[in-house]
Amino acid sequence: MKATLFHRGSGFGRWVAFATLLVAATAFLLPLVWMLATSTKPEAQAAGGGVSLLPEPASILPAQVSDNYGKVWNDDSINFPLYLRNTLVVAFLSVTGMVISSAVVAYGFSRVEWRGRGFFFTIVLATMMIPFPVLMAPLFVLFSKAGWIGTLKPLWVPAWFGGAFNIFLLRQFYRGIPKELDEAARIDGCSHWGIFWRIILPLSKPALAVVALFHFIYVWNDFLAPLIFLTHRDQFTLALGLQLYQSKAGNTPWNLLMAASTMVMGPVLLLFMVTQQTFVRGVSGDGLKE
Amino acid sequence: MSARKTITGLAWISPWLVGFILFMAFPLAMSFYYSLTDYRLLESPLWVGLANYQRMLTDQTLHLALRNTFLYAAISIPLSVTIAVVLASLLNTPRLPWAKFFQMAIFLPTLVPLIASTMVWMWLFNAEYGLINRLLSTLGIDGPAWLLDPNWALAALVIIGLWSVGQAVILCLTALKQVPTSLYEAADIDGMGAIRKFFSITVPMISPVILFNAITLTIGAFQIFVVPYVIFVRDKGGPGQKGFFYTMYLYDNTFIYQQMGYASALAWLQLLIILALTGLMFLVSRRMVHYRSA
Repeated sequence: MKATLFHRGSGFGRWVAFATLLVAATAFLLPLVWMLATSTKPEAQAAGGGVSLLPEPASILPAQVSDNYGKVWNDDSINFPLYLRNTLVVAFLSVTGMVISSAVVAYGFSRVEWRGRGFFFTIVLATMMIPFPVLMAPLFVLFSKAGWIGTLKPLWVPAWFGGAFNIFLLRQFYRGIPKELDEAARIDGCSHWGIFWRIILPLSKPALAVVALFHFIYVWNDFLAPLIFLTHRDQFTLALGLQLYQSKAGNTPWNLLMAASTMVMGPVLLLFMVTQQTFVRGVSGDGLKE
Repeated sequence: MSARKTITGLAWISPWLVGFILFMAFPLAMSFYYSLTDYRLLESPLWVGLANYQRMLTDQTLHLALRNTFLYAAISIPLSVTIAVVLASLLNTPRLPWAKFFQMAIFLPTLVPLIASTMVWMWLFNAEYGLINRLLSTLGIDGPAWLLDPNWALAALVIIGLWSVGQAVILCLTALKQVPTSLYEAADIDGMGAIRKFFSITVPMISPVILFNAITLTIGAFQIFVVPYVIFVRDKGGPGQKGFFYTMYLYDNTFIYQQMGYASALAWLQLLIILALTGLMFLVSRRMVHYRSA
């Protein structure tokens, strides 16, 4: 049951769509393909002419890959393993806090009947419109008064207070869980906490996974907050560390820069490939209605 | 009874409520107060009334940043919105081969960390060795210096922005899948062509999503920061200052000049611009957006 741009069953229209999308998909993937190709070449070839995807001769590929990626991993001035560790620490603390707090808050917005619920939920939605740059200056003042500047705290503590978008997603999901289950549990003597813990949470695993995924990727990719709140190099996250290659004096060879970029985006892209269906459903919101 | 329920409800949402007050409402209020002061971070704020807002009227750097940002938004938003609808309609073709692969290819770039995609695009747009100019030269075209050329820097930034249009595409596609097939069948019987169907059925039926995309993209475009900041980190503002945007000026005032007062006034102006544009879009679209009765 699909709506269509072209006549139903018109083979011609379908192939026009296919050809156009083939060109578009190539254009969308080309930057990533070229990044990978560059990261496997020796410096001179990366900067040389030609549009070949493999180094010359192709037999040097494994040695060149281990050389380029090894150089990035072991760089003296840019401590990749440490930035990876920092990123994982922030991601773990932030994702845990985000999932727990959003799950609780969404319960209050969907399962408890109370006056003012609609009013507060409107505020939750409205906060999604506030651009982060607007909060930059006052948050910096606030965190510096709290002594948090130069620590990882500004990057994960706020996540323990829930996120508007995630609260919204979970609330939508909870609303799809039949109310009869609550009532049956209540007759059995369950409190709100009991209903939340024994009924809502176990049934919401797919939605909680979506929230965890989205937030992990958000934290992994975030550049602006680390740029503002981190001051010492040994606290940098990967996103911020990658920028050092670009801002450091002299010119980093392109093959190494592309190897570093691959290493920074690799985990996110792999995670996406593995969890693709969960993901696309989460973005479109239609998997949350199951 | 009802009071007790309200307390229960507030207790459940208390994590969000506390966070909202601490990390949003209070900072916003403080920011408004700072915007009326001269505040050099290390000293106490000094009341100056509307002086910061007056200064905006004659601040040439601000005007430049505003011009660049509006220009970027005016080019990139309509392009992104249009491309999203077109790609989604193509993806929605029945029995399309490789449909899943195409969706993935278009969505994948939205997951790439902005900092990494910036690096990749700097390499692609590199004047001498970049892939784009290599490809152009095989066609016998001598490509411009892109990010180093005042006439091409903005175009390059727009292209980089378009690369992550995938989320808007997926939203359109989800909406398209809910359009009743009977509408298209009726159009087929009436002998409507593909283009007519696109404008008479597809666009009106998914207009709420198009509006949503337009609003999200507007909010995003007015915050553009990471990509130009990283690209032009050494060459402030890029060639001919074409890559100098509002949030970069806000950042400079906050962290480089440490003028929290003026920076806060700039932040409030940015918020007002975004709210005004969003409101305007709702108003203008009132007659054009078609909400189906559920």
